[in-house]
Amino acid sequence: MSYVLEAREIIRHYGQVEALRGCNFTVEAGEVTALIGDNGAGKSTLVRILSGTEQPDSGEIIIDGKAITLSTPADAREAGIETVFQDLALCPHLNAVQNMYLGREISRSGILGKFGFLNKKEMSTGSEAAFRDLGATVRSLKASVGSMSGGQRQSIAVARSAAWASKVLFFDEPTAALGVVQKKNVLNLVRRVRDKGIGIVFISHSMPEVLEISDRIQVMRHGKVIADYKSADTNLEELVGAMTGRLDGVNN
Amino acid sequence: MSLNGNPVSDFGLLDESQSFWQKLRKTQTTQIFLVLVIICAIFSFLAPDSFFTIFNARNMFINIASFAILGVGMTFVIITAGIDLSIGSILVFSTVVACKVIVSMGGQGWGASMGGLAACLVTATLWGALNGWLVSVASVPAFIVTLGSLSTVLGLAQIITGGIDLSDATDVMVDKIGFGNVIGEVPALGVIALIFVIFGGVLLHKTKFGLTTYAIGSNIEGCRRVGINVNRHLVYVYALMGFTAGVGGYLSLCLYQQTTIAGQSSTALTVIAGVVIGGTSLFGGYGSIFGTMIGLLIPIVLQNGFIIIGIVPFWQNVAVGVFLVVAVYVDNARRAAAEGGGRSLRKRSLKKELPNAKGNK
Repeated sequence: MSYVLEAREIIRHYGQVEALRGCNFTVEAGEVTALIGDNGAGKSTLVRILSGTEQPDSGEIIIDGKAITLSTPADAREAGIETVFQDLALCPHLNAVQNMYLGREISRSGILGKFGFLNKKEMSTGSEAAFRDLGATVRSLKASVGSMSGGQRQSIAVARSAAWASKVLFFDEPTAALGVVQKKNVLNLVRRVRDKGIGIVFISHSMPEVLEISDRIQVMRHGKVIADYKSADTNLEELVGAMTGRLDGVNN
Repeated sequence: MSLNGNPVSDFGLLDESQSFWQKLRKTQTTQIFLVLVIICAIFSFLAPDSFFTIFNARNMFINIASFAILGVGMTFVIITAGIDLSIGSILVFSTVVACKVIVSMGGQGWGASMGGLAACLVTATLWGALNGWLVSVASVPAFIVTLGSLSTVLGLAQIITGGIDLSDATDVMVDKIGFGNVIGEVPALGVIALIFVIFGGVLLHKTKFGLTTYAIGSNIEGCRRVGINVNRHLVYVYALMGFTAGVGGYLSLCLYQQTTIAGQSSTALTVIAGVVIGGTSLFGGYGSIFGTMIGLLIPIVLQNGFIIIGIVPFWQNVAVGVFLVVAVYVDNARRAAAEGGGRSLRKRSLKKELPNAKGNK
């Protein structure tokens, strides 16, 4: 089986607490993998490790068949891994284009570029293309993002990550702060990103949402992925059972 | 959702609904600029023979030179949501070092003057970088770091000099820079300041460095997440602040011909007040160099004008204080309006600001 991202036997301690105890996790290209689990199951730790924010004590991270070390978030992004966070990681005072290219600004060519002068036109065109590509609803490229609604901001955050992710895109509770319509829009965006052939990891506490959006569901408990279901073959009871440990005996 | 079908057609909706002039009128910088114009008009009317003269303009140009250069650095610092209280001390310390170097290089001529300049700039930049390192890497709040260096750096300058001002500025510095003119009646100090202001404005508003400065002030955690080297950038910003303090110090050495150990205790506060009056947000992410220059000009024009028309110049302090509080009130109201989407609040804040501003005059 060829996975675009594979985590093998990841172990991570925080002092005496063992957050991840030999966790295995896989992502396929062009597939939405939901990652669920109760609070404290280790989801966030796993995501932080796979997005380069934290380092595992031991274990292997394999991208496209090659073992790789993610020491910083920049390493992860270089490897084609992006993350959409639940609390928006946008700069409210900047506009959509500036946020889109935050940390990856395009400089002008020639001498001016050497001094760090920005190529606003190219970035503007690129952003417009990226938003159109996903069908994201963005009211204005020039207005500050802080003046937009939560749904619009999340659209921009998703579009930004989708535009830069070449392999894997993590969604860490992307709809937690959104209304019903905005949730629907974000889920549509997720599908469109998946259709581009990117592997998607969708983290959420909302089981109906997980069942609706995902192709595969991996359940975490006590620092391990303990179950891996096809979404079509499972149901709410089974998922909750796996999360809470009622099915421990069955799986082992 | 019809928007879903053709989202791009909705681009620019917000921009078109407000014309360039409508938006311009709403910015704090424009409002404060109008206040400055009105103040100038009143003084010109009351004292046409002495206020609105080349001699007086030259005078104010020289007075603002040092503050303007410091204001460039301070605008960057405050846009990152930081603060630097230590610039007066850094300024003093770097001029003390400059004097020591000038003496050691013979005490006169261009060579010693340039040696002093280099020593001044390097010293000030290093103090600034140390501030930046403590703020970013060591995560000590900027207020505390720079309050500490305000005291420490001044103390070190006093130890080196025994508390007595050094007057080792070379004749070249005093004649060519302090009292020199570039062409006609255009003072060298003013021209140097203008160059720095233009440089600072371009750096802040046109380059990646400037955009990163805004981004860090807007959402520092978001910047870390997208992989911006936030700590390094903050060190650069505080080092730039230090550098401008060094330039300001050297210029004051040229003008006053001596260090000003006891004379810089309120420098940082004057500059911070100017930056804030000019519309830069203490909470970061918002501001402009142009606004800072207006904000710095207002106290200087007020002081100058009060003296000319015979009002006790201490009234300048009263007026600047009121301006400062009003400016921050307007900034708060604007941020609340931007975040909460409360358009009525924004209108209310504008209405309140106008009578207050008039009350100052």
